[in-house]
Amino acid sequence: MTATRVWEVFRRERAGAPMQHAGSIAAPDERFAEIYAREQYGRRGESEALWLVPRGAVAEIDDFVDEFDLKYRRVDGYSIKERLREARERAGTVEG
Amino acid sequence: MPAPSRADILLPLADDELIVGWRNSEWTGIAPFLEEDVAFSSIAQNEIGHARALYEIVAEELGSTADALAYDRPLDEYRCAPLVQLRRMDWAATIARHVLYETADAIRIASLAASDDPVVAGIAARIDREEVYHRMHAEMWLDRLLASTDGRDRLDHALDELWPYGLGVLDEGRRPELRRALEERLDRALPDVEPAVRGRYEPELAELHDEMTSVRRSAPAGARW
Amino acid sequence: MDGRTAEFLEHVRSGGLVETGDWMPDEYRARLTKFVEMHANSELMGVLPERDWILRAPTLQRKLALTAKIQDEVGHAQLLYRVVEDLGKPRDACLDDLIAGKSKFHNVFHYPTCTWGDVGVIAWLVDAAAIISQKALLKCSYAPYARIMRKICWEESFHILHGRDVVLTLVTGTNEQRELVQEALDRWWEPLMMFHGNPIPADDDPMVHWRIKSQANEEARQQFLEGYVPQVRELGLTVPDSKLRRGDDGTWTYTEPDWDRLMAVVSGHGPASAERLAFRRLSREEVDWVARTVLAEAA
Repeated sequence: MTATRVWEVFRRERAGAPMQHAGSIAAPDERFAEIYAREQYGRRGESEALWLVPRGAVAEIDDFVDEFDLKYRRVDGYSIKERLREARERAGTVEG
Repeated sequence: MPAPSRADILLPLADDELIVGWRNSEWTGIAPFLEEDVAFSSIAQNEIGHARALYEIVAEELGSTADALAYDRPLDEYRCAPLVQLRRMDWAATIARHVLYETADAIRIASLAASDDPVVAGIAARIDREEVYHRMHAEMWLDRLLASTDGRDRLDHALDELWPYGLGVLDEGRRPELRRALEERLDRALPDVEPAVRGRYEPELAELHDEMTSVRRSAPAGARW
Repeated sequence: MDGRTAEFLEHVRSGGLVETGDWMPDEYRARLTKFVEMHANSELMGVLPERDWILRAPTLQRKLALTAKIQDEVGHAQLLYRVVEDLGKPRDACLDDLIAGKSKFHNVFHYPTCTWGDVGVIAWLVDAAAIISQKALLKCSYAPYARIMRKICWEESFHILHGRDVVLTLVTGTNEQRELVQEALDRWWEPLMMFHGNPIPADDDPMVHWRIKSQANEEARQQFLEGYVPQVRELGLTVPDSKLRRGDDGTWTYTEPDWDRLMAVVSGHGPASAERLAFRRLSREEVDWVARTVLAEAA
């Protein structure tokens, strides 16, 4: 069978876990896709739930730009350790 | 007249499930697409699982074991319907049989689920829950085949042959219900025919039974496998 | 080698991963596709030697376990052909090549299965050999394939348990049942020794070079022997190789398999190759109409 459509399958392994990408299946339509996804990702009771998404509906974003190094949005942009040490010395509260 | 025993009620169903499970397993590795291979494998496993659960109930009543009932009875003690005995390695025939069997089975199971015997009602309810998936699969294929001229022709041809056998899955009283359900679903009339009833043994069953029991018979009774 | 390829090579060799849409050198794509295709073919062809035994399984539990095992294998083939499809080769083309004898599948699936003893030995030892390779493939640079390996390894562990249980039951049974296992082992030992391929050093193996494989063939074979020879012997079974010996350094020596014979087998000249390919060819022709019917509506 030359499959005409591909679905991406996401699965939740157990209650509370996030949906994770599990792979893809090929099927002629949604009804077949549902049955095939159940088989491939659920026959051994390994999934709590599945999401089926037509491949074309998935928008991928994988380019992130940070030209000017805006590290203040990230914790490692600050040297908290340094500043704290300085503040403690100033306040005379440095331990040991 | 004594009430039917659990063996009387459940063995025909158990034998049907065992043999149709065997037939569905014959597609392993050679189904039209890999996905159907996997799907029919699940259906076969469910059917064999049902057979096992049913045999266990009967075995308790008879002082036997599920495996002994499945494998060790003489051929003429099997109570399976002729429909499941037939070997039809053609996809249209397989889907036709799947539809006939699942529709008849749904009628039969619904009646068992209403039984006064809690054990019978209980097992019927559990089987019914799994059968939902089989019916979904059969429905999907039915729609696919009905949607194309070629598919519809092949299906009709297969149904013409298998319809008497489909009728034979059920007791006389329930056959009209089967006819109504199928005529509506298939949007066609089904002919008046003599049903192929239980107690009739197709030659294919002897071949199946021979192969099914070949390994088991190679060791003395009671050997562990 | 151009700069882009060199960069890619550096990326994979330092543990970097590749996803489906990423650029990849033609050589990488070609080797990877062929490798995964062979794996898919093997899972599919592996079904044929085993399917008859579902029908003959001597208890309901064995019937169920074997059906589930084989179902897993078809499922694996499905997933692997999907990967190949995303790399650019449609499944139909793969199946056409397989049936025409133009592509390869693992040696072990070119051999006949003769008894219930084979069922145990295959599920236990052949799957054990496979899982060693598959665990190494968890580190494949091509991430979609590596992810499928996780699912495959998980499912294979059930198969090995089932196989071992079948073998243990037979060796604790009648003398005839015990003999079934030994006789099967006698026939399957040579294919098992060939399973991991000829002992090409890692440095000379292009598959390792591109980090598609991360384990040399001989390393995998040694791992198999180290793990499983003791398990075979503790059951009182004899490994049919008088030269098999474990050295003080832990290295196993054995009768060198005939590597030319392996090549012939995987190219379709094994004892059951022709019959199996013919079987697949027949089923494909018979159900072409199904594909046409199903797709007609979708078009």
